[in-house]
Amino acid sequence: MCACRCGIRVHLRNGEIRYIDGNPDHPLNGGVICAKGSSGIMKQYSPARLTKPLRRKQGAERGTGEFEEISWEETFSMLSERLGKIRATDPKKFALFTGRDQMQALTGMFARQFGTPNYAAHGGFCSVNMAAGMIYTIGGSFWEFGGPDLERAKLFVMIGTAEDHHSNPMKVALSKFKREGGRFISINPVRTGYSAIADEWVPIRPGTDGALFLAIIRELIELGLYDRDFLVRYTNSGQLVNLDAEHDEFGMFVRTEVPEEEGSDNSIYKLWWDRNTDKPVVTHSEGTDPFLLGEFKLQDGTPVKPAFQLLKDRVAEYTPEWAEGVTGIPADTIRRLAHEMGITARDQKIELPIAWTDTWGKEHDTVTGNPVAFHAMRGLAAHSNGFQTIRALSILMTLLGTIDRPGGFRHKAPFPRPIPPCARTPNDPRAVQPNTPLDGMPLGWPADPDDLFVDKEGNPVRLDKGFSWEYPLSAHGLMHNAITNAWRGDPYKIDTLLLFMANMAWNSTMNTSEVRKMLVDKDENGEYKIPFLVVCDAFHSETTAFADLILPDTTYLERYDVMSMLDRPISEFDGPVDSVRVPVMPPTGECRPFQEVLIELGTRLKLPAFVDKDGKRKYRDYPDFIVNWETAPGSGIGFLSGWRGKGGEKSMKGEPNPNQWEMYAKNNCVHHEVLPRSYQFMRNWNQGYLEWSQRNGITRYSEPILIHLYSEVLQKFRLAARGKSITRQPPKHLAKRVETFFDPLPFYYEPLETQMSDKRKYPLSAVTQRPMAMYHSWDSQNAWLRQIHAHNYLYVNAQTAKNAGINDGDWIWCESQWGKVRCMARYSEAVEPGTVWTWNAIGKAAGAWNLTPDANESQQGFLLNHVISEELPPQADGTRYSNSDPITGQAAWYDVRVRIYKAEEGEPGQTSPQFEPMKRYPGMKQAPSWLAYFGGKKKGGAQ
Amino acid sequence: MKPAFSVIFLTTLIGAAQGLFLALFTHQSYALFGLLPMQSDDFYGYGSAISFLLLCLGLFAAVFHLGKPSYMITRAWRGILQWRTSWMSRELIALPAFMGIVFLYGVAHLLTIRPEIVTLPGGQVVDLTLLLGVGGTVMAFVLFICTAMIYACLRFLREWHTPLTVINYILMGGSSGFILAALYASSSAPDEAGFFAGWAIIITLLAFISRVASLVRNARLKPKSTLQTAIGVKHPHIVQRSMGAMGGSFNTREYFHGRTAAFLRAVKPAFLLLAFVLPLLLLALDTPTLLGAAFILQYLGLLAERWFFFAQANHPQNLYYQTVG
Amino acid sequence: MTQLALVIDLNVCVGCSACVTSCKEWNTSGSAGPLVDQNPYGANPTGTFFNRVQTYEIGQFPHSETLHFPKSCLHCEDPPCVPVCPTGASYKRKEDGIVLVDYDKCIGCKYCSWACPYGAREFDENQKIMKKCTLCVDRIYDMSMPETDRKPSCVKACPTSARLFGDIHDPESEVSQAIREDGGYALMPEWGTHPSNHYLPRRKTKLKIHADELERADNPLKLDQQLPKPDKDQSTMDDVSAW
Repeated sequence: MCACRCGIRVHLRNGEIRYIDGNPDHPLNGGVICAKGSSGIMKQYSPARLTKPLRRKQGAERGTGEFEEISWEETFSMLSERLGKIRATDPKKFALFTGRDQMQALTGMFARQFGTPNYAAHGGFCSVNMAAGMIYTIGGSFWEFGGPDLERAKLFVMIGTAEDHHSNPMKVALSKFKREGGRFISINPVRTGYSAIADEWVPIRPGTDGALFLAIIRELIELGLYDRDFLVRYTNSGQLVNLDAEHDEFGMFVRTEVPEEEGSDNSIYKLWWDRNTDKPVVTHSEGTDPFLLGEFKLQDGTPVKPAFQLLKDRVAEYTPEWAEGVTGIPADTIRRLAHEMGITARDQKIELPIAWTDTWGKEHDTVTGNPVAFHAMRGLAAHSNGFQTIRALSILMTLLGTIDRPGGFRHKAPFPRPIPPCARTPNDPRAVQPNTPLDGMPLGWPADPDDLFVDKEGNPVRLDKGFSWEYPLSAHGLMHNAITNAWRGDPYKIDTLLLFMANMAWNSTMNTSEVRKMLVDKDENGEYKIPFLVVCDAFHSETTAFADLILPDTTYLERYDVMSMLDRPISEFDGPVDSVRVPVMPPTGECRPFQEVLIELGTRLKLPAFVDKDGKRKYRDYPDFIVNWETAPGSGIGFLSGWRGKGGEKSMKGEPNPNQWEMYAKNNCVHHEVLPRSYQFMRNWNQGYLEWSQRNGITRYSEPILIHLYSEVLQKFRLAARGKSITRQPPKHLAKRVETFFDPLPFYYEPLETQMSDKRKYPLSAVTQRPMAMYHSWDSQNAWLRQIHAHNYLYVNAQTAKNAGINDGDWIWCESQWGKVRCMARYSEAVEPGTVWTWNAIGKAAGAWNLTPDANESQQGFLLNHVISEELPPQADGTRYSNSDPITGQAAWYDVRVRIYKAEEGEPGQTSPQFEPMKRYPGMKQAPSWLAYFGGKKKGGAQ
Repeated sequence: MKPAFSVIFLTTLIGAAQGLFLALFTHQSYALFGLLPMQSDDFYGYGSAISFLLLCLGLFAAVFHLGKPSYMITRAWRGILQWRTSWMSRELIALPAFMGIVFLYGVAHLLTIRPEIVTLPGGQVVDLTLLLGVGGTVMAFVLFICTAMIYACLRFLREWHTPLTVINYILMGGSSGFILAALYASSSAPDEAGFFAGWAIIITLLAFISRVASLVRNARLKPKSTLQTAIGVKHPHIVQRSMGAMGGSFNTREYFHGRTAAFLRAVKPAFLLLAFVLPLLLLALDTPTLLGAAFILQYLGLLAERWFFFAQANHPQNLYYQTVG
Repeated sequence: MTQLALVIDLNVCVGCSACVTSCKEWNTSGSAGPLVDQNPYGANPTGTFFNRVQTYEIGQFPHSETLHFPKSCLHCEDPPCVPVCPTGASYKRKEDGIVLVDYDKCIGCKYCSWACPYGAREFDENQKIMKKCTLCVDRIYDMSMPETDRKPSCVKACPTSARLFGDIHDPESEVSQAIREDGGYALMPEWGTHPSNHYLPRRKTKLKIHADELERADNPLKLDQQLPKPDKDQSTMDDVSAW
């Protein structure tokens, strides 16, 4: 398996890599490979590889890059002593944050076993809005857990997606889709990558996508171009909402007095207003059909409206003309987009002869599809209004009747899951106890205010303030605030911060220059404010310079890995798929896979999961752990779903199989469980599928997962903020914030930072995209890939640039209210005039990644992060919120406003800011001045 | 195109050598018919030695045009194999052939190996040197044509793809050679310097006219290839945003002169002045002591001319290599 | 006679550069290698690549297109680079039309590259010889590979299958059909080089909406009484006219 998820074949000659190509039998990529995968050779043999455990030299200041080699034994004893002390006193003083989110099942488990709540992967600064916005609405989301069914779609609308998430599978599907005559519309401020081949490009202002969706929803409702049958049966559109403003249940669905079963979806006890009898009835009662529109009064006089009526009321003000002013898209185009979606969904229906039974027992002879598919990613997510925007998108997809249907959005196992999924964090600070695992998951999905991880006063328990009243639904944590909070000691100080594969001193952090200062800042006693920093990475990243201890990780060719069902598997629409990585090369130098480090540490710290009753080692190593660990003793559920049972005869559940790795290796490293056709669609309400999923331990419940057109979860928070609920209530200073943003129906608001910016002074939005040929910051050390992206320009609409007196190629300043960077301008006709953009993570610190200090990356390349803040401007009372979505804590990378102007004559032709060049560490190779790679030549002979 | 200094020196040095040889043999031919006093064998002999020396220098410069100088020994012999199709192959044959004849012509004079071959009806005796001279003259022109055709045959390098390229090479080589001959004669046969100088004026004037004609022609050229034909898209507004390599490539090094447009504009009048106008003035002054200056100035001018010749040629491949991005 | 070639479908190329580096990795350790890189970790890194993806912008905002444009040797039917080579190092194979360089014969004079209007050849600054795309001649005939792998590395890698490979002289081949049916064209046709590689243009799918399609016969709003019928006691023409 390649560095991400594709299947590859590594061909060796005399122990060296001859070439790497795609595995044609792999379900994900079917033999294709990307530019990064094809350059794997240069990654494997890169001079930026770290090869030895390193300790900051005694007396050397942190950040100066002075290290000395130590042995692994010393490393482990130093770490277990330090961490052991923390665990015995206050486990939350240890924080583990990882850039890699595909290892969460293990890293999260380690943190939980340790007993610290301070754990998260990079989702908080990546796309948690996408995950949360969709999961809280339709029970699944884009990317690993679902996607557009381009095989059968006729119209494909891509919005806020650059060139990643899904990489190869998206390219494969997009190409087939276009060749088969599908219509592809791309809505994006910038036209590159996938958007380049769109049949139509609709430029939009960043952060205004929500306004567009709401206007389209309005137009669809106005013309009746929605799928009423779908809304009635499969969503909460017809459910009656209590509109008695004085009532404690205001804004909640009215229910009959049947006790609730915990965690399940309780739709069966909610009410419709039946069209036939003109009376309230229990939803989905035989022979009834609800009004979706109207206004009714219950017998007790309670005024109620169906949720759909409330949506219609909500969007009434969102006319296309209004949206034109916000988005920059002409109203006629907005109308046409709505018409294209509505008419394609209505007139190009697909009927597949697949019989299935829904959760209310109704048998269906066919599966229907309305072939309009969407895909969206960070362009929507990385704004502080992203959650509500993505709710709006999910609702638009729902109105068109496209959820888990052919040609629309399709789930991938383990999704769909209940709304919200069952995992919960603890909700009490007492869950953190010395020498005790955390009582709950470090990350989860709050269903109401009682699920928040706060103390009695409503203060956060987590370092990053996740799951607090500030960012209640922060399902992926807020890694982007971990360093700032730890430095400030707000909510508290920590002792040890362990960062895995996250370049938090450069491109993975906002406010890079300041964060670098925080990492070396000392308190009045001369001690570092963040006392101990451990960094695990395979390469000489900018962050390693700030480490007190560096753990050299292996590359993906030197390690075992799993893409587990417990984590983010590589499932397909037709059923669960998980996969493994097996090493093809021995580790370089003394590199050790991070998983092995965790298991060793866990064993030394005697964390219950890693030792037996007598405190003896339970797992020899990571492969052994993967085979033998079970979610609970005898549960039969482990990291891998394939070839379980003693002889490998079982799938999904079964006893550990000692030969599981071999069986995966023999089968392309993939286990693919193809579901019966009748389980492949409509899974939110598919009795057969849901029961299968429950039997196999994928989901706890088999109740229907009704789409939350109207979100009671959000309303519960709003009621709490209004002081109405029986749940916990937010501290006073946060009540207004929670009340405002926790709207049960999607609404549009200007991104928070934009609201707090002087838009006349900073007239432009600045955004970044990930280039297809670079794996974040990881590939600048790759001799081949860096020839494609040696440095980056700020792309400016040609007219915008001319108006500012800027010539193509000029050195300019790009300045926000937070700071400024000097960079080179490049004219473009493929960017909306109010937006400037650049490739992310191409600019590097001098000397980093073992590049020479004069390398283009650090001289002409620049990092936009310098002008983006991790916090919003202070509130009137001095408090500072994260520059994040107020609902999910998603980092609002793309909210920043800038101005651009020409650099003065005489300024150096060099990016600014500059930093002291990084040094080469012990164990790193000298970078050669030329290369002529010929794999396996030296020793002669054939393969 | 990026001017390659090996080629600039090669073509200018052998051009002067060819011109010098032609001048010497022109003199010998005039003398044969009694139009000029026959000079000593040494005059022709040492003269052709100078020509030979220049040819050797040219050849030496050419070595640096090979990928590695060692290829001269190990591989260059293969260069003669493709004479049916390749002008460069033909040049590789013509150059040594010409050098051989010049060598023999010089040796025949210096060692006075002048066996009679035939006597013309007018009584003029045709000996070996004359036969070699005629052969050398033919080869000099063949070599001029081969050298020039290397450039002129490339049809999409439109600045070069014209008969004027061949004419220019002949006339500029001739001009430089006749001036050198005049300079040579001014010391070894002062009476004859005028003859050479006179022809030099005529040839330099013709070269001037011909070179200006090619400049005028090139200024009027309309590119046949455009971004539209290069990528096959019909739209008046196309710009490249990325050439696909940010640190440069062979394509950005070999085909661009790497100087500013202003530099290019400045070189043009400079070489016209140095290679043509000043030598003509100096020749017209008819002062033997200035002939050296005329030759040296002109040679510098010709170096500049050749630099300009390459730099001005706009390769259609450049359409693909406009923007780092 | 066979003429192998690539047909590149600009309609689906997203500019990911997979073909660029898969070419490099195959060929640097293959019969055409090694492919040198200079300053691989320093300023202005540069190296020998047989294939590059370029980007063009067509038109002006908002009516602009972004075009990704992969370019490698076009294996011309009448390759101008071949006859000019003095040593015969540059040649076109009779059996399949591939234009190759015999590294042992090349003297590095670069003349062939001058004779190529497409800038398709690259000089190896280490070995000082000319190199170029071989259509992976050391792959496509390698019988030790399964048949599906016997195609150029770039073709195999391409995630959008924007690169088709085959014999353009065989009218029934996939590439000939694509050229014929999808408007395949050659680059710089003005020079008569007859490139074998062809490009397929962008093709657009549009949706025409007729006004009457916006009126929905089974409009769900009717069910929810949002298209109200007039009150029974409202005055109508029925009441006042008596034909």
